[in-house]
This record gives sequence, structure tokens and C-alpha cells, in this order.
Amino acid sequence: MSAPGYWREIPQRYNLLASRCGVCGDVDFPPRVMCQKCRRESIGRMERVGLSGRGNIVTYSILHTGMPAFSDQKPYVIAIIETEEGPRLTAQIVDCRHDDVKIGANVKSVFRKVNEDGKEGIISYGYKFTLVKE
Amino acid sequence: MAPTGKDGRGRRRDVAVIGVGMTRFGELWDRSFRDLMTEAGAKAIDDAGISGDDIDAVYLGSMSAGRFIGQEHIAPLMIDSAGLSDRHIPATRVEAACASGGVAFKEAVTSVAAGVNDIIVVGGVEKMTDISGDDATETLATAADQEWEGFFGANFPGLYAMMARRHMHEYGTTREQMAEVAVKNHANACLNPHAQFKKKLTVEQVLNSTMVAEPLTLMDCSPISDGAAAVVICPLERAHEFTRNKVRVAGIGHATDTLALHNRRDICTMDAVVAASSRAYSQAGIGPCDVDFAEVHDCFTITEILAIEDLGFFKKGQGGNATADGITARDGQIPINVSGGLKGKGHPVGSSGIAQIIELALQLRGDAGKRQVADARYGLAHNVGGSGATAVVSILEGSQ
Amino acid sequence: MNNASGIVSYGYNVPRYRIRAEEIARVWGADGKRISKGLNVIEKSVPGIDEDTATISVEAARMALKRRGIDGKRVGAIFVGSESHPYAVKPTGTIVGEAICASPEFYCADLEFACKAGTAAMQIVHSMVMSGMIEYGLAIGADTSQAAPGDTLEYTASAGGAAFIFGKEGVIANLNTTASFTTDTPDFWRREGAHYPSHGGRFTGEPAYFKHTQGAARMLMEKIGTTPSDYDYAVFHQPNGKFPLEVGRMLGFEKKQLDTGLLSPLIGNTYSGASPLGLCAILDEAKEGQRIFMTSYGSGAGSDAFDFTVTGEIGKVDRKKTLREMIADCERVDYAIYSKMREKLRRD
Repeated sequence: MSAPGYWREIPQRYNLLASRCGVCGDVDFPPRVMCQKCRRESIGRMERVGLSGRGNIVTYSILHTGMPAFSDQKPYVIAIIETEEGPRLTAQIVDCRHDDVKIGANVKSVFRKVNEDGKEGIISYGYKFTLVKE
Repeated sequence: MAPTGKDGRGRRRDVAVIGVGMTRFGELWDRSFRDLMTEAGAKAIDDAGISGDDIDAVYLGSMSAGRFIGQEHIAPLMIDSAGLSDRHIPATRVEAACASGGVAFKEAVTSVAAGVNDIIVVGGVEKMTDISGDDATETLATAADQEWEGFFGANFPGLYAMMARRHMHEYGTTREQMAEVAVKNHANACLNPHAQFKKKLTVEQVLNSTMVAEPLTLMDCSPISDGAAAVVICPLERAHEFTRNKVRVAGIGHATDTLALHNRRDICTMDAVVAASSRAYSQAGIGPCDVDFAEVHDCFTITEILAIEDLGFFKKGQGGNATADGITARDGQIPINVSGGLKGKGHPVGSSGIAQIIELALQLRGDAGKRQVADARYGLAHNVGGSGATAVVSILEGSQ
Repeated sequence: MNNASGIVSYGYNVPRYRIRAEEIARVWGADGKRISKGLNVIEKSVPGIDEDTATISVEAARMALKRRGIDGKRVGAIFVGSESHPYAVKPTGTIVGEAICASPEFYCADLEFACKAGTAAMQIVHSMVMSGMIEYGLAIGADTSQAAPGDTLEYTASAGGAAFIFGKEGVIANLNTTASFTTDTPDFWRREGAHYPSHGGRFTGEPAYFKHTQGAARMLMEKIGTTPSDYDYAVFHQPNGKFPLEVGRMLGFEKKQLDTGLLSPLIGNTYSGASPLGLCAILDEAKEGQRIFMTSYGSGAGSDAFDFTVTGEIGKVDRKKTLREMIADCERVDYAIYSKMREKLRRD
């Protein structure tokens, strides 16, 4: 991960910053410059909104052979999460017993180290999710 | 018939496949990228009965030569390796992840149909084993959304495993049904001299193999492979000049969708496949029930189940049952992946789309040897890029 | 009292993994039961592979903001005290500032003073609030401390952190007075580039921890004329479970004043997070009018003493979930997993 590439995405990765169309109100994550529905009409009318970080699991998998950068965390859980504002995203589910991960389970975002560019490069922080205990 | 439909706009001529050639697929340690391309191309030219001097243009599908072998600008390299550099043939490399071959074929067909070129060699190639398994995983993952999937730890087995999990949740598809896809395709591969695997599997072996991404085990996944494949196409009206083995391109549909899986309308449906197949059926003037056999993109067992549903062969949710019931077996109602598919034959990613076209041509010509399906008129190829952001569906019609 | 400042909110974070002192002793052929009893440490917290001082700081800061509904934009200063900042050069505070949406208008620098950098951060933001430079200031003490394999420190060096928002409005605990006792005492250090710290063994005790902790505590009480009996709660730096009880006894505090804030038996020594986390545990149960005494200790060496009075505002803070509940929700790991998590395995 290059430093500029990491830096550019900080608002989205740290704070789940999304966009809302000023025309139709649709929320997109990551933010878009143009609404998919309103297209050019929405240019210049896209507002920035933060997602709450709450959502639920649409589907998931426990990876036993994952991306090389995540190998020390194997097996680790990856899930598609539907946020309460609507947009879906892909993220790790951490700090849980794997048996407790279920479709429909409620989750909330946490701030974690996602990746690092070796021991001398940039550390990339961002969102992961944990199960919400009822 | 005159092609119509979205991808058929401007098509004036029918197109035929007149020659096919491919290398063996597998871990080909002693063969270089250049060796593979040259072998497949030479075989296809030979099969078509043309000479290098007849070639008007070359299209080459390759996903990531840059990362796999550190070489970009591979289209002229293919011409050069084939000893045709003094012909100065226009050559174009096409990239659409694992659908690179399928999209290269579609671009080549479009060019001939439009009357721009007459004789085109279209190939697909990937040399994946020169880098480590970890590097290959990372390279393949570049076909997913790097910023919003790969960055957060998702790889391809993970993405397809999430489709599998959701499919199991919504439709009651079972692990055993998915395993049946691997069992069937490995059995088919045993009859294909070019296949990477010549080993039958049992459902138990699939279920008990190393867990990769729950619920998918190693035997649910297609392998990392080297290999190249090439076909020669020309206007249908000129095919008789070169061969009696012509196969008509009845329709091709090409469609895209969101790069990230999480943005899809439905995790269990590849809308790009639905759109691409609808365009292909419309061009061909047929429906799913007219298709006699198909080569589908079984990069994972679940992908074949999704494919046979999205292509309209079975209702959504019925793909697993249909597979377990043997409907998609070589002697079933609609044989799927008689070649062994990506799972059994191997998956050198850029080549797979072309290798599918080759299987259709061989079957429709009656040249498929021990794995020949009976009385086939229409064959369909389904080639997917990424987790479904690109789909190409090609329908070929035999002349017998 | 328009220049009064105090704690407006607090947050904490302790990683959920634990390793028992006996498990560490097993690996090094030591008498685990005796060590565990001697240190009064049953187990210590271990950060996950994806946790570091920045992530712990952000989680603690977000909790502090959220429970009082404070917008990060109103935070005018962020000081993070730690001896394990993720970068040798590049601040942790900027990561926190961005993650709580304080950027770009805030004062910021990272602090290091062994285990007392967090309380030094509290003194700094408290002063800035009093002076009117800022409306709210965020002080964090957090660490993911490392100890050399087999070293005595390994039984205790752990991870965790606490965040405090200082301000003038909505104060839940007035900071009445603070005092610091500082000398140049090399009891514990880590040179630039060294992975693990070195220490002076028993030299870290009497001339270091005990002298400075008592020095600052007495200095503060003399300054304002209080005695241990004036306090409902007291918390001291807790490098293990024994030292804080001992220093408390030496100063004349009773054990019941120390029990609430004593966390090291359960989580080990969270370094810059240690006394601040103890303060959080106290704030989790404290009532209006109660008085809290806190003294940190940082090797090198120095101690910061504080005198707080809890206000009625404490009732407005959402305290449904407590630090002790967070600590109880844990998962034990063995030494092998711990070695992987703490990157102690050589791979080159």
C-alpha cells in the first residue's frame, strides 16, 4: 500500500464516511461523486455522511488460506455487512468465537490495524467489525 | 440468421470457428509463456489449414502477464514468438481477469463480423506457476475490488465461499451437492488428454480435503495452472476455403456488473451472466432449452451451480439438486463441463475462455473423442471475470 | 471557578486476549504458582495481531466522546502518552485525531515517559483547558508493551489504554490539584532501535517506584493539606499487583480504598494505561462528592499525583457497561499463540 493511496482513503477507512445524493437521498459507501440513480443531475450535490458502523451479516466465510498479509490471523472471518444506512461492505469480523458468526448477526465497527507494508512501511488502519452481544 | 441484439449491432457477417489448438494444462515447469503461446497458436493455424501469411489480426487474452511473469506488451510478443514479426500483424491484448479469453474471442468475432478483418487468430494464455502460491493469490485477487475487498482480507476463495454460504442459506444447497460438481468434472477430465487432473474424486474426498474458505475445501477450487489455447475465426462465407470443420458463432453476449461482490443486487445471482446470456440467446434466436451442452466457468464448485441457474438451465436454487441428480453429467440431459471444466482441466486464467470455445468446437465437429456428447447442435460457453463483474456467454452452432 | 477544569468523560480499551502468568512460567521452567502469587498477577492482557497503541487509543477516545455525545470537532488538543507508539517517527495522535474527526484544528504531540506518559498528557490538556486555549482536550495513556522472552517483565507487560476528555463544562470529576516528582533515575530503559527494554532488577523498586510514587503523593497531600483518609478511592501505578498495595500501605491508605482501581492482577501492567485504567474503574462506580487520589509512576523516573472530586454530572454518564465487564470478556491463549501474536517468532 502506497502512502498516498492509503492517505487518500483515510476518511472512508477510519470513519466510514459515505456519500448521500442530494437529489434522491441514496447513500453510497465508499462515497461516489455521482449517484447511480440520478447520475449527472447529482454532480455537485453529493453530501458527505458518516455511517454509524452498525449493521448485520449478509454472508461470511472463515478463511483458512487467506490473503498473504493476513496469514498470521488464520483462520479469519470475512463477511459482507449490510450497514443500517443501507450500503454493504466487506470486512473482517474479529474478537469472536467463529461458531457465533451467523447470517443476520448484528455487528458494529471497530478501529484496527488492517495491513502493514512490511516492518518499515506504512501501517494501514481501518474498520473491522465485532459481533454485538445482545 | 442475421445477428441482432445489443452486441449484434453493426454485425454484418456471420462468423465461423475454423481451427482450434491448445497446450496441455497443468504445472508445466519446463514450458515458458512464449512456448505455450506458440504451441497453441501453431496448432490452431494447422487445424484451420491456413498459413501464417493469411492472418489479418491477432487478439490475445491474458489476465496478468505483468504480475505472473513480469512481462507486459505481450500481443507483439506472441507474433514475434510465432516467427511472424516480419508480417507486422496488428495484435491486441485483452484483459478482463478470468474472462480475458472470452472477451478476446468476442472482440475478434466482432471485428470479423464488422468486416474489418477476415482471418483472426484469437488466443488466451497464462503462465501462473513462475511465482509463489502467495503471489499468485495476490495477483488473482487484483480482479476483485482491491481497495474495498482485497485490502480488508477477502480473496477469491473467500468471495465465492460467501456466495456459497448465502446460497446454502437461501436455497438449502448442500456441501454434498457442491462436491458433486467436482466429482463430475474430475470424472470428465479423465477423458480429456489436455486436462491437468486425471484422477477421479469421491464426494467424501472433496468434503474431507483441506479447508480453504468455509464452506469450500481445496477440492472445491480450480487449480493454478499454466496453459494456452487458440482458435482461428473467419467469415462463415469463407470457411469452406479452409476447412470442412466449421462451427458457426450463433451469438455472443458480454456484460458487466459492480466490481465488488457486496454491491451486487443479489449475492446468489450473477446479473452480468443473466444479461450476457440473454443477449447471446437473443442473437442466436434460441433459448436455454435449445442448448445441448455447456462449458461453464467452474472456478469453484459453487460457481457452476450459480452458472447453470443464471444461464436459465435450472430455476434459481435448483442448481445443486440438478447436479446431484446427474442432469448435468456427461450422459445427462444437459452435459456441463464435459471437458472437465476449470476444475478438472485446469484454469490458466486468460486461457480458460478460449479453451471453452475449443471444447464447444470439438464437440460440435464430432472430434471430442471419448468424451463426445451425442447429437449436439448448440453448445454454450460461459466465462466469468472476477466474482462476476464480467461475463461473456458464447453460443456456437455445429454444421452437421 | 471559571478556570476550573476536570474530566468530562472517559473511555477505555483492553484487548480481549489473556495469558496466565503460570503459562509463561511453564515455558521458562519457573514456579508459576509462586510467581503469580508473588507478583499478585493471575494473567495479563495480550493485544491481538491487529491491535496496537493507535487502535487502543482510538477505541478508548471514541468511547469517551460517544458516552457524552461530544463532537470530535470540539476537541482542541490530543496528547497520547505511550512507550509503544506504532511508529518511531510519525505521531499516534494524528491517527486518533483523524479517527475522531478532530482534524485539522487541534494541538497534538506524542508523549513518552515510560509508564507515566498518560498522566503527563492529562496534566497538559488540563492546563490547556484552564488557560482557555481549548474547549476540550483529549489525554490518552495506552501501551502494547513488549518484554524480552524469559525476562521477569514478561509476566506483566501487557496492553490497554484509557482516554480522558478534559473541559470546563459537564465535568464529572474536578481535577483539584496535581503535583509531579521527577528525578533522573535509570531504572528501566529502551535504547533507540532495541526491541525489548532493559531494567535494573531490584533497582526498579525502592529507589525508583517507591521513592517517586511516595514523593509525588506526599508532595500533593502536603500542598493541599489532605491525608489518605480524605479519599474514597486511591489508585497507584500498578506494574504488578503487589507494588501498589505496598506503596498504598506505606502512605497510610487502606486496602479497601485501593481495591476498585487495582486491575493488574487481571490484566498485568498496561504501562501508560495502568493508573489511568484504574481511574476508569473507579469512575465506573464513583458517586457525587467522592474524592479520588491517583499517582502514576514512569521509569526514568517520575510520578504524577492527582486529586479529583466527583461531581453530580457523573449521573449523566452512561455507565451501563463497565471496564471490569470488558476485562471479564476474555479469551485465554497459550504461550505459542502469544508468541505469534506478539511477533516473537523469528522468520528471517
